[in-house]
Amino acid sequence: MVNAFYNLAIVAAEEGEHAEVHAGDGGFFGDTAGIMLILPFVAFLLILAFGKRMKNKGGEIAVAALAINLVWASALLYLNATEGVLTDFTFEIANIGSGMVVELGWVLDGLSILMLFLVNFVGLLVFIYALGYMHGDRRVDWFFAAFSLFAGAMLILVAAPNLVQLIIGWEGVGLASYFLIGFYWEDLANVKAGNKAFMVNKLADVGLILGAILVGVALGTWDFGAIDLAAFEGNTELAAVASVGGLLLFIGAMGKSAQFPFHIWLPDAMAGPTPVSALMHAATMVTAGIYLMARLFPLYEYMASDVRTTMIVIGTITLFGVGLLAIVADDIKKVLAYSTVSQLGYMMTALAAGGYTAGLFHLFTHAAFKALLFLCAGSVIHAVHSNNMSDMGGIRKYMPTTFWTWMIGSLALAGIIPFAGFWSKDEILATLSHEGYTTVLWIAIAGAFVTAFYMARATFLTFFGTYKGHGEPHESPRIMTVPLVLLAIPSVLFGILNIPGVSLGNLNNFTVWLGNRVVAMGDHHAEAINWGLAIIGMVAALLGILLGYVLYFRDAETQLERDSFEIPVLFPLLRKKYYIDDLALGIVALFMGPLAKFANWTNTFVFDSVPNAIGGSAKALGGFVYGILDQKGVDGVFNGVSAATDGAGSAVRKWQTGRVQQYAAAFVAGALILVVLFVFVI
Amino acid sequence: MVLNQFLILGAAIFAMGVYGLLVRRNIVLILLSVELMLTAVNINLVAFESYLVTPEAIGQVFAIFVITVAAAEVGIGLAIVLMIFRNRKSANVDDLSLMRW
Amino acid sequence: MTFADWISQPVNWAFIVIGGAVLIAGFRVVTAKNVVHAALYLVGALAGTAGLFLLLSAEFVAWVLVLVYIGAVVVLFLFGIMITRAPTGLDEGLDADHKVLPAILAAGVFLMMAWATIDAFGTALVVSTGSPTSTELIGESLLGRFVIPFEVVSFVLLAALIGGITIARRDLTPAEEEERAAV
Repeated sequence: MVNAFYNLAIVAAEEGEHAEVHAGDGGFFGDTAGIMLILPFVAFLLILAFGKRMKNKGGEIAVAALAINLVWASALLYLNATEGVLTDFTFEIANIGSGMVVELGWVLDGLSILMLFLVNFVGLLVFIYALGYMHGDRRVDWFFAAFSLFAGAMLILVAAPNLVQLIIGWEGVGLASYFLIGFYWEDLANVKAGNKAFMVNKLADVGLILGAILVGVALGTWDFGAIDLAAFEGNTELAAVASVGGLLLFIGAMGKSAQFPFHIWLPDAMAGPTPVSALMHAATMVTAGIYLMARLFPLYEYMASDVRTTMIVIGTITLFGVGLLAIVADDIKKVLAYSTVSQLGYMMTALAAGGYTAGLFHLFTHAAFKALLFLCAGSVIHAVHSNNMSDMGGIRKYMPTTFWTWMIGSLALAGIIPFAGFWSKDEILATLSHEGYTTVLWIAIAGAFVTAFYMARATFLTFFGTYKGHGEPHESPRIMTVPLVLLAIPSVLFGILNIPGVSLGNLNNFTVWLGNRVVAMGDHHAEAINWGLAIIGMVAALLGILLGYVLYFRDAETQLERDSFEIPVLFPLLRKKYYIDDLALGIVALFMGPLAKFANWTNTFVFDSVPNAIGGSAKALGGFVYGILDQKGVDGVFNGVSAATDGAGSAVRKWQTGRVQQYAAAFVAGALILVVLFVFVI
Repeated sequence: MVLNQFLILGAAIFAMGVYGLLVRRNIVLILLSVELMLTAVNINLVAFESYLVTPEAIGQVFAIFVITVAAAEVGIGLAIVLMIFRNRKSANVDDLSLMRW
Repeated sequence: MTFADWISQPVNWAFIVIGGAVLIAGFRVVTAKNVVHAALYLVGALAGTAGLFLLLSAEFVAWVLVLVYIGAVVVLFLFGIMITRAPTGLDEGLDADHKVLPAILAAGVFLMMAWATIDAFGTALVVSTGSPTSTELIGESLLGRFVIPFEVVSFVLLAALIGGITIARRDLTPAEEEERAAV
């Protein structure tokens, strides 16, 4: 059944903003879009059943599922670009009474189609890469099964028509993340990383679930279309809970999208295999929080505006503070992890400032080049057999494809024209400037400097200089390098999708694609690019690269010497990650001791006392029954009877074998005979 | 949907539970088979509710009671299994043939 | 209603898929050679049963089943398997040797029940679900007509709780008895 809301799509654009709504139904692909949500789970079951016997341990099934999904996602993307798609499908699974129902299904609008495409596109390339990367490893069938499970849960999340299904998908990706981070569970550190990720996320989920309950009960429904419309129209019931609910939902998003101070789980999550880091912890799962904020954008725009201040502050702290942590990391994946958290801070800041398109465009481009960077890192790690940059150096000579694709990814991340990152970062800066957040703007520009600096450091340490390890690393097989190239292309070209003032003819542009939802979001989309701001941003990035060149380009005896630049107080503080991990552990330890003692006391004196009392009284009763009733009264009678029964008994007691199952069999047989007798004969 | 398709399905699952009860050696698996039988009973109850459509959803309420009592029974059952295991160091029902001649 | 009519309704395709899954899972519960697999197949059987309940529009019972049975009872079973140190790999000695008589008895039970129900109900139809049974209705029923059984069941749970603790308590060694008495 198509939700009635989607016939009432509203254009919520302000003066000078550009927004359109086209409520097409997506044709055949729109009607059967559910297949995208089901296929990964089918793949999960098939891989578990047949994976072990297959040549690539089930990887083929996973790749096939996503490839089929990509066909649908691409078709829907094209349809949304040309004629607009705005439709949904839901079915009820629980009726609570008084009109509240729980539904599952999917929604197809600009935002969800873009996310569906992103998950499937990047996911397919990472899966293909993983075929090569995980080859010969242990438990590869379980790897692809859990990975497919993740893909399915993520698709359920982004296509969710209401908060309940979103939460289902949210928990699903958390579960898959736990499995995959702790994939190499033989090493205790990996298990701990998985636990940490799960628990930090679970802590933030308290906010998510409470927020969802508040909003749902206040409004009487969890449907996103209804929430959007209610927010736009100023519904009083929703307005009463909007601020608190919005804040709680934001806390939930903070956990999944690793905003400060919930960012602690992401660097540890690098314990998982690199394809997992590339897909989950760079491109898709961590973007779920940003997606939620974008989904509920009308709520934050029209009702819970005070929450946006909190969002911007946290986004800015994340963007800059966590970005700094990448400067001192030795593990190349940790550099990329901190970079991811920092870029997520950019996205959150953009959304909080009112830049709906800016934040999501950055999500889109970031997914491509960050996944690319992770896969390149994985390629190098695979060749060098170590994660640490202190074991690398001079890789450029041995792995040219990896090197060039890494360069493209880094330049995109640093925001150098004409790569995709330049356009998306510039859009964020333009939004901040347009909405008047000057301090944040300067911090964001400083953040661009830091980004370029740590990427330059990583590049020069890894790919330049001379390789000091033993043997010679060799380029990765084609199955791994082809996805690298295929991801490099969007890293270069995605920028075209949203150049201010430029529309791609029949295909419109990214802003129009995104704006197609129930409350269509108008957006500040300048008629032409703000060159002043763009140049400032690029200059900051180039300065960062220059500083990196000066400090890290030279060669030296050991890698550690190359990495010897140090700022006295700052760098040790960064190495300790601002002591936040220790703080978190300390808080937990503080509570555990007293809590355990209290539980023990309760158990000993409260819980046990009842059985003790009951046991005591039972004992007394038993004593009476035994002493008086039994010994004196009953025994006298039975002593006489027993002699007679003794003889009869010794013959019959052979039936008592003591085996319960034989008794049960006799019981069933007897019951069967009796029933047949009574029902059919008598 | 025909009423009998659910009743026969329930009967089949009940029969499988009976088989499991009589054949398995591990006590925990016997309890598992009992759970299967209770599930079959639940299917029957809910199917009858859909057939009769009482105004108070009697069949479904009964099914909820069955689920609750089954949960209580599993709790006690496993506590007993625990004690047996502590005393006899074995969860094999063939080793429990003490109550015999 | 002929077989052709029956097979043409999409609801019955769902029934066939889910019912088949329940049957396979139930069969594997009683024949699996690995204890943990048997418990997990029970999860499959219960999930399939929840699906059947959804087909019958008994949504609340379905979700209660998932929550209580799968969420608590199966977890309890897994604990029980772990505590009784059941061999978690393949275990050949899991079934008794004589399986013929139980199989005959089980088959007999099935045939008796199937024959009885076919004889009694023939092709009677389940009422097509007009509106699903809402949670509100069940709540009113539980606290209305069935309030006494409801309270009694809560006593049963209390008894199970106390009984479980009492039965499974570790007997104190003489040294610990003294220590407890001195406190």
